[in-house]
Amino acid sequence: MPVAIRVIPCLDVDHGRVVKGVNFEGLRDAGDPVELAARYGREGADELTFLDVTASSGDRETVYDVVRRTADQVFIPLTVGGGVRAVADVDRLLRAGADKASINTAAVVRPEVINEITERFGSQVLTLSLDAKRSEKALPSGFEVTVKGGREGTGIDAVQWAQEAARRGVGEILLNSIDADGTKDGFDLEMIRAVRRAVNVPLIASGGAGTPEHFAPAVHAGADAVLAASVFHFGPDDMISRVKAAMRAAGCEVR
Amino acid sequence: MSASPGGPKITVLDYGAGNVRSAVRALEHVGAQVTLSGSTEDIREADGLFVPGVGAYQAVMDALRSSGALRHIGYRIAGGRPVMGVCVGHQVMFEAGVEHGVRTEGLGEWPGVVEKLHADVVPHMGWNTVTPPEGSRLFQGIEDERFYFVHSYGVLKWDFDVTQPLMVPPQVTWAKHGEPFIAAVENGPLTAVQFHPEKSGEAGAQLLRNWMETF
Repeated sequence: MPVAIRVIPCLDVDHGRVVKGVNFEGLRDAGDPVELAARYGREGADELTFLDVTASSGDRETVYDVVRRTADQVFIPLTVGGGVRAVADVDRLLRAGADKASINTAAVVRPEVINEITERFGSQVLTLSLDAKRSEKALPSGFEVTVKGGREGTGIDAVQWAQEAARRGVGEILLNSIDADGTKDGFDLEMIRAVRRAVNVPLIASGGAGTPEHFAPAVHAGADAVLAASVFHFGPDDMISRVKAAMRAAGCEVR
Repeated sequence: MSASPGGPKITVLDYGAGNVRSAVRALEHVGAQVTLSGSTEDIREADGLFVPGVGAYQAVMDALRSSGALRHIGYRIAGGRPVMGVCVGHQVMFEAGVEHGVRTEGLGEWPGVVEKLHADVVPHMGWNTVTPPEGSRLFQGIEDERFYFVHSYGVLKWDFDVTQPLMVPPQVTWAKHGEPFIAAVENGPLTAVQFHPEKSGEAGAQLLRNWMETF
């Protein structure tokens, strides 16, 4: 049997608290990322992602504390993104107990930082977080790299950027479709196919998941892993199992 | 093995190899008394030595050698004292590793060269099944579980000479990503696993308990 498709809940963390809200039965405090991470671990999540959305870089200490406490009790892989700009940021996250760091804007601004991080810690520690959308601009793939949560275009072709990042050493790519994000209409399959054809590092699809049936098509389009936030936070308590059951029924290998 | 203060003493080898916090916590979680250390005394005295490893083969071998730990790992194995290598800590137990065209000598406990995986998608990242041999103690009760792998290199061939008399052949567990590769070896005091038991949830915890049961 091949490696299982990873199902990854994503938690937005602000000043050490989960934002966007969650409403689960049986949690003492739905805003505590450590408690929620443990919950998802028990429900069968294959990996967890924390996105630190804390605006001020002065308050990064809280995220390291959250990572430390999570790694102390949840024994599945943990990726942390948000505010990763340099080798030193990755070093601190790894020391706190993260397994991987994800990098977004800082790599667009200065691509060499990918080489610097992966030469030090290996490819497997770095995920490129790529926010892309369809663009009117004359780009080879028609997909443009965006920053600031999709609000700002960069004029860079998303598929070419994925290739360059892989060449520079990222171990996987988290592809988030700005067009699909928040729609709950399903993943952006065309975008997944375009990036899949261009790179051979693992590809995580993100953006647009609204039902358990939405996940398998992303896998069939070439994703090795699927990431979602609200569908898990606001869905029924056993949403991870429901998603995996739907994927299994559609012929995907899951844990 | 119960989570009592009387659990086995395990030293997680500290030689500057990235994040070892999860390994320490996972071993504590299954009841071990864990010391994170690179000192000769802690390496020698522990009931079990856990050798982590991430990053490049050559960097791991250089760090093991310059810290002096390499020699003491060898002494433990020769003395029949349990050692477990994980990920690159598994790979260095073989003869050599070839990364980016550079060949680095390993500990040479077993024949075999670590090389780039032959698969469409590399790194091999995620939960995969394994095929343990009949009678494996390490995988007892968890033969059908999945374990978390993250690596781009592996040992694709097993050429151990099993014709030598008076020798119990090592037990080899295989996994597959593109082509088959060695996921684990059990060889007397020396155990090595390509995946991360400390990141493999309950299955990984049981594997660590199984290892401690062999002490």
